[in-house]
Amino acid sequence: MSDRSDILPTRQSMGRIADQLTDIPLHFPVERRWLIAMMFASALLLLLMVSVVELFTRGVGIWGINIPVNWAFAIHNYVWWLGIGHAGTLISALLLLTGSEWRNSLNRFAETMTLFAVVCAGIYPILHLGRPWYVYWMFPYPATMGVWPQFRSPLEWDIWAVLTYLTVSLAFWYTGLIPDLAAARDRATRRGWQIFFGVTALGWRGSARHWLRWSQAYRLTAGLAVPLVVSVHSEVSLLFAAGQIPGWHSTIFPPYFVLGAAFSGFAVVSIIAVALRSWFGLENLVTNDHLDMLGKVLLATGLMTGYGYVFEVFDALYSGETHEIQTLVDRLAGAYAWTYWGAVLFNFIPLQALWWRVVRRSGWMLLLVSVSVVIGMWLERYMILVTSLYRDFLVSSWSHFTPSFWDWSTYFGTIGLFLVPFLIAIRLVPMISIFESKELLHEEKEEKQHA
Amino acid sequence: MPEGLYGALAEFKSPEDLLAATRKVREAGYRNLDAFTPFPVDGLDRILRLPRPTIAFVGLAGAVAGAGIALIMQFYVNYDYPLNVGGRPIYAISAFAVVTFELTILFSALAMLVGMLWQNGLPRLNYPVFDTDRFHRASKDRFFLCVSADDAKFEAGETLAFLVGIGALSVELVPG
Repeated sequence: MSDRSDILPTRQSMGRIADQLTDIPLHFPVERRWLIAMMFASALLLLLMVSVVELFTRGVGIWGINIPVNWAFAIHNYVWWLGIGHAGTLISALLLLTGSEWRNSLNRFAETMTLFAVVCAGIYPILHLGRPWYVYWMFPYPATMGVWPQFRSPLEWDIWAVLTYLTVSLAFWYTGLIPDLAAARDRATRRGWQIFFGVTALGWRGSARHWLRWSQAYRLTAGLAVPLVVSVHSEVSLLFAAGQIPGWHSTIFPPYFVLGAAFSGFAVVSIIAVALRSWFGLENLVTNDHLDMLGKVLLATGLMTGYGYVFEVFDALYSGETHEIQTLVDRLAGAYAWTYWGAVLFNFIPLQALWWRVVRRSGWMLLLVSVSVVIGMWLERYMILVTSLYRDFLVSSWSHFTPSFWDWSTYFGTIGLFLVPFLIAIRLVPMISIFESKELLHEEKEEKQHA
Repeated sequence: MPEGLYGALAEFKSPEDLLAATRKVREAGYRNLDAFTPFPVDGLDRILRLPRPTIAFVGLAGAVAGAGIALIMQFYVNYDYPLNVGGRPIYAISAFAVVTFELTILFSALAMLVGMLWQNGLPRLNYPVFDTDRFHRASKDRFFLCVSADDAKFEAGETLAFLVGIGALSVELVPG
């Protein structure tokens, strides 16, 4: 094994890693930059609040939706945000089970990203309800009306899937965080931090008995989280595939959606990794090797998503169904062809640069490719939604969709809803797993000694 | 047990030192031991003869409960309010699969995480070992071994001397 290079540089000590990572919340190094980012994010969040007040006052008519395109930005951005969230779970759970050591520098902020991306996704169906104050009708409670939710409908599955995903992600994130909160508690010198970390660490003391139970619980929860991710985004795709709309009614949707989700999510993880590492000088923990791995995963998931594009076309042609083929033609050459070709362009053209090692290992180039993928996947979700709906079976019901100001303001507002809690999380908790980094560093040093 | 004493705490530099020391302490006849480490140390549970954790069974119980609750709920609401949708079956198990799967995972994961904290006796914000001077490094880069004062062989002076003898960086008594 001597030719295998180490993912973490071994010329650092465990104590130094602990100090470096706990110092980020305890003695925040980039106050100014953080404040500027926070102001920007808060402005977006304010925009969301204004948009939501306007929405609740005047109703969903302020958006561009109408028959036949009655599902547009709300569901489109819901799918986009939820997809982004999935990469966090895949990185921390799937790669934990496969023993991929490079995950240890990325899992914490990837999981944090998941939490807030799922929150952004989760508010959209509620905003879209029209009468959002009746959201509790989705839950089975003994109503005086004598009715129950319809459990044979994908729309009902959705709320269970998303709430389960949010809860399990939060529990998994917190479980992994407990030992690091204890490390921060033991480094804290100011009273406020001591109380904050003292309470949130739940009195963790690193006892061998505790670690044993903790490891089993953590690994088994990871084992549950992987099928959970696949089920949640498959379920989201069933919102579409279970309907009869041409362009949606297809069995390729579940894998196509899950892969696209992982693809967009890994792009956002790459963006956050590059940004955090340059903000906090974490080059010793998020190394070029980590970016290299992220680039490879991004390329692989991107090619799999590309395969989905090919098979979507094949599926329509092979069905021989008139409406399916017409939807395909509408996608490739209709009024919204720019979304289809835009998605192809942004998703797959810059992506090819990742075949080169030098691109994968360069932070800013990986960042540019990732931004392009995020835009591309956003266009893809737009394309799937709108091109299927604007021309369905009856010519008399054909129409167009143009996003209104409030569509855009709500969408940009959710970016604030993502960034504000994410920035607060960066400020409050260690954004890279301290104990897992130390464990990995120790293993590497061990191997080096034996080699 | 001596009054007002929790045990003797010894500090070691690396997981290997801790493993070697733990082995020696067991050989010397001490049984009531615990170790405190910054990350899980492989093999420590075998030397300390810790029982295998039972979190997996807690998770299984949670999974069964989740699946049961989900199925009962979905069957009941369709029984109580049967809605004929184009003649499709009222009790459509394939349509119930998604919610059943989600609740199985939800209950299983929460049972394991709550069960882990419960079995570990957490949250418990204070604990005797926190009162010692060097314990704050147990979450940083030091590995601690604690011989409980309840141990049959425990005798404060003698135990401390023994721990120094097997290569501890520092030793101290933990007030109880």
